Amino acid sequence: MSKQKINLNVNGQSVTAEAEPRELLIHVLREQLEITGPHIGCETTHCGACTVEMDGMSVKSCTIFAVQAQGKEITTIEGLGDPDKLHVLQEKFKEHHGLQCGFCTPGMITRAHRLLEENPNPTEEDVRFGIAGNLCRCTGYQNIVKSVMAAAEEINNPESAT
Amino acid sequence: MITGNFEYHQPGSIPEAVALLSKLGDDARVIAGGHSLIPTMKLRLAMPEHLIDLQAVKELKKISVSGGEICIGAMTTQAELIASDELHKAAPIVRETSLQIADPQVRYMGTIGGNVANGDPGNDMPALMQCLNANFTLSGPDGERTVNAREFYEAAYFTARDDLEILTEIRFPTCTGGYAYEKQKRKIGDYATAAAAVLLTKSGDSCESASIALTNLADTPVYCEEASQQLVSNGLGDDSVKSAVASAMGQIDPVDDNRGPAEFKRHAAAIILRKAIQQAWARA
Repeated sequence: MSKQKINLNVNGQSVTAEAEPRELLIHVLREQLEITGPHIGCETTHCGACTVEMDGMSVKSCTIFAVQAQGKEITTIEGLGDPDKLHVLQEKFKEHHGLQCGFCTPGMITRAHRLLEENPNPTEEDVRFGIAGNLCRCTGYQNIVKSVMAAAEEINNPESAT
Repeated sequence: MITGNFEYHQPGSIPEAVALLSKLGDDARVIAGGHSLIPTMKLRLAMPEHLIDLQAVKELKKISVSGGEICIGAMTTQAELIASDELHKAAPIVRETSLQIADPQVRYMGTIGGNVANGDPGNDMPALMQCLNANFTLSGPDGERTVNAREFYEAAYFTARDDLEILTEIRFPTCTGGYAYEKQKRKIGDYATAAAAVLLTKSGDSCESASIALTNLADTPVYCEEASQQLVSNGLGDDSVKSAVASAMGQIDPVDDNRGPAEFKRHAAAIILRKAIQQAWARA
């Protein structure tokens, strides 16, 4: 099957890839664009490790063909912060021990980012319901939820930061 | 997990999509949100040679409420159904059901049209549509026709939709009275072990109308006409509810799988249905 040209805006930059229609968005991001923040966990739409933002939606990039993403805006963990200037969610995950092995973390933070965009003042239950599509096998979620709640608090009251 | 090879098409209108499907025939599949089809293609249980993506067909994305009728375009996502306050006012059971489908990421992509047209007995929308007495509009080479949700499902993955037709919109009356969608599942993201959709209206102390449908308890959704009628005739007393539930249980045909043996599913289904009836009555 011949390759097709796919134009995307990834983390604010226009990029072009070439892919067969059957190539998944996660494959194009990782293998062609070398954006390796989104991980391949289960590749079966369950685990959420491959979560990216596409046109303001959290999506599992293992369940979208790259050709379907033609012309769309994609944000990955790389677009949220960098080592010199961490995103508030990254800062809080670090502070509250919101990760152990770290494999689920890029998807978890990318999903939490969209959740806080849509609901800047979530209850603990909102956070748990909102990250239900992201699996973590290490933490038992307690510290992940704590980290997201702390990030919401920081965003809402930057003055009273702990 | 790589799918078979296929050619990708993106029509811009319903006539264009219908023409493409007519031309490509059996070798083509229509893709909506893709969250049932892509996993099926990865397992190579589906190997279409052509995929017709409906994402650019703008007229398929809409929610409208007017004159006591709700019309939803097939490409409307579950996230959009949940977000619509207008829809929530007119039929709150839709949000209640949508929130119990899969997980947030899947709900951003998964569409109502895909969910009802796929014919998967595990999907939640088919029973909801039977409960709501919805009509599905199908567009094909010979024009448009309408099929009621209660007549649409023939067997698992077999529906009244012809291979050359596309399900384009869904219409159902606005709801008054009480509602509930109760779902027993092993974990978030799982299909139902048993689920029940119930709508009830009240007149004084008596039940004026009732509609009950069940999810994942047979190879199609199960509309329970007799059980619904019993609630109207005999009211919502304990004995009447018990006999309505028994009547509904007479219609189901669950099978053993990793959600449990059929006997367990019958047990769960009876509890879920009783809960749904009680919840709908309390809200009526």
